[in-house]
Amino acid sequence: MSEHMATNGFSRRRFIELGFGGAAATALAACGGGKSAQDAATGNKSTAAFNGKYDGPAVTLSYWNGFTGGDGPFMKQLVNEFQQENPKITVKSNTVEWAQYYQRVPAAVTAGKGPDVGAMHLDQLATNAARKVIVPVDDVAKSLGLSESDFTPEVWQAGIYKGARYGIPLDVHSLGMYYNKDQFQKAGITEAPKDAASYEDALGKLKSANNNEPFWMPSKWPAHLMFLSLLWQFEGAPYAEDGSKATFDSDAGVQALTWMADVVKKGYSPKNVAQDSQYVAFKNSKLSVTWDGIWQINDLKASKLPFALAPVPVIGTTNAVWANSHNFYITKQATGDDNKLQASKVFIDWMSKKSAEWAGAGMVPARKSVRESAQVQETTQAPIAAEIAQMKFLPPVPGLGDVQAQTLEIAVADAILGKQAPAAALSSAASKATKLMEANQKKFGA
Amino acid sequence: MTTSAAPLPAARGTDQRDDEQLSSTGSDPTASRRSATLSGGAAPWLFLTPYLVLFLAFVVGPAIYGFWISLHDYDYTLPGKPFVGLDNYQKLFSSDSVTFEPFWMSMKATGIFMLFSVPLLLVIPLLVALVMNSRFRGRNLFRAIYFAPYVLGVAVVAVLWRFLLDANIGLVNQLLGGLGLPDDTAWLTATPAAWVALVGVTVWWTLGFNAVIYLAGLQDIPAELYEAARVDGANRSQSFRHVTLPGLRPVLAFVTMVTIIASANMFGQSYLMTRGAPGIETKTAIYYIADTGLKSFQMGDAAAMSYLLTVVLMLLSVAVFWLFRERKA
Repeated sequence: MSEHMATNGFSRRRFIELGFGGAAATALAACGGGKSAQDAATGNKSTAAFNGKYDGPAVTLSYWNGFTGGDGPFMKQLVNEFQQENPKITVKSNTVEWAQYYQRVPAAVTAGKGPDVGAMHLDQLATNAARKVIVPVDDVAKSLGLSESDFTPEVWQAGIYKGARYGIPLDVHSLGMYYNKDQFQKAGITEAPKDAASYEDALGKLKSANNNEPFWMPSKWPAHLMFLSLLWQFEGAPYAEDGSKATFDSDAGVQALTWMADVVKKGYSPKNVAQDSQYVAFKNSKLSVTWDGIWQINDLKASKLPFALAPVPVIGTTNAVWANSHNFYITKQATGDDNKLQASKVFIDWMSKKSAEWAGAGMVPARKSVRESAQVQETTQAPIAAEIAQMKFLPPVPGLGDVQAQTLEIAVADAILGKQAPAAALSSAASKATKLMEANQKKFGA
Repeated sequence: MTTSAAPLPAARGTDQRDDEQLSSTGSDPTASRRSATLSGGAAPWLFLTPYLVLFLAFVVGPAIYGFWISLHDYDYTLPGKPFVGLDNYQKLFSSDSVTFEPFWMSMKATGIFMLFSVPLLLVIPLLVALVMNSRFRGRNLFRAIYFAPYVLGVAVVAVLWRFLLDANIGLVNQLLGGLGLPDDTAWLTATPAAWVALVGVTVWWTLGFNAVIYLAGLQDIPAELYEAARVDGANRSQSFRHVTLPGLRPVLAFVTMVTIIASANMFGQSYLMTRGAPGIETKTAIYYIADTGLKSFQMGDAAAMSYLLTVVLMLLSVAVFWLFRERKA
């Protein structure tokens, strides 16, 4: 009783807001759903030959995704079109914010009330595969006639966990450099800077021409994505490919983080940039350049800001940028019913082919044939699409995202806020990350 | 987990009403016969049943189940949930485990928050209630204004203040700058400023609730006592010390308890305003437990942490009860 009265409705509200996952989780756990996981995982039998059509009885597919932003309307449109072309398949969409998505999907699938098919980020596939939430889709890839050459090796390989494929890529989305065209013009910069020297030169010009701090260095999102990009640019790797240890405290890591901290020290960024404020300030023309995900395109377009998008400049010694990818998956839940399984495959195939329309959501279609289509070449993100070979993805290691949030992200924030020197912050975070990764390996049986 | 503590003072208020109802129904002949036959063993239990069922199903049951979880390496998505005995607890006390440092840092964060928010939330609402209890024009408006923030959800409050308190684009720093005060305080990314922000926002948000409880308590103090005190020649501060405070004691115990528990449960404010920044310094215990259990799916660890937090809170509750115990003169 005291708890209800006490926390001003916040404990209760928490329950509704985030706690859903938790409440569901405990309830499910009580139902002892764990055991069925293994049965289902092995239940991925390949059924009748796949021809891209569904001719069984009417079936309802539960489709979950996290497209809550400017990408949402495009996904709705695609689902509607699919329904019209496939009247026998009813798609029930459930859109959950990504932040909660990865808590809810395992809980819901364990209870048998989750999605049959859905979209998730590439770096979450391994985790959910290890948890037996999703099942291999090798046969889908095969029947769709998809192979590495249709995508890029990086995005294709990152969907493989323990020798089996778990996702069919829909798109890739990387970090990009957004800049304010008016302010660039005022500073006399005609071309987006491409390397460390020209970038620093541009920042200097911008600072004096616009009398501002031109490049705010965030301490929260997307600071860790900037760090990962720079780390790869300095030819380092954040983690061992096999998930045995963290390596982001290498010289490359220290160089990357030092560069980021120096942006603040040199006065190109104010100190203490809090959550989201660099983006809000960019939208309000208070700064000239910001690095953010290309999925922000539609939001920036809506704000009527005179902006352009260019690839992240090469600060290190090689061209590289952090990227992620939305992948379609099938859950163990769908494998119990052949019709659902078949319908899910038809759905994924259809979506994958229609990914040119998805480019409207600000993403870069993963399929090569689609990516090179005229429709994509005309988009704002076209310059990013051209850089797809430079995109780097996190290795498929289960539980990695969670490790990263507890270690790498904290170290990056500490260094940018000036609480710790980059090298010290990274080395203590990396040793902790290695410990967590070792525990994960034991847990998931790597 | 904390239910054992709070209902007592509240029950004190309802006891009287129950007595009245009983005595009024007692005059009814059929009712008295029924109570005569049942009053032996079953009646009290029958009356308790509705609450007891809920209490067992939603408090005792989960508490026992939670303890069972805390003895296992428990991840509900994995088939194997090995029994590990007290390992999960031991990890919280051995400095080389990965959970040791963040857990105790989060306990410390909760402690710091309680240390500052509880006294403020006991004193400021009392002052507000005293003012609200006096007679003046626009009193109802004044009461509504102080209570208003309390009806907002934590998400509204935290997101609102996150933007107001932003170091670089926030209104607060801009206003401070306009007044000639430092305008670069990092309210959300550096301690101790972040604590000032979190405590300040919480006090602003919840003082209305405590004030209303105090107000009810103040209105319960018979006017004759004040009169008597005046006759005895007591001045205002004396009558506050010898009439108001003793009269408020049961209410004070309740408010203290509820405020301690609310502060110990602080989560939404730091989750939404600071995200635990800087580093994990403002990541509170509940925040860390939620992350461990619901994001990392390490429910065994999370359950063990919850139990430890519960024990600490129970000790605190006992201390508070002892402090407010009925003293024999």
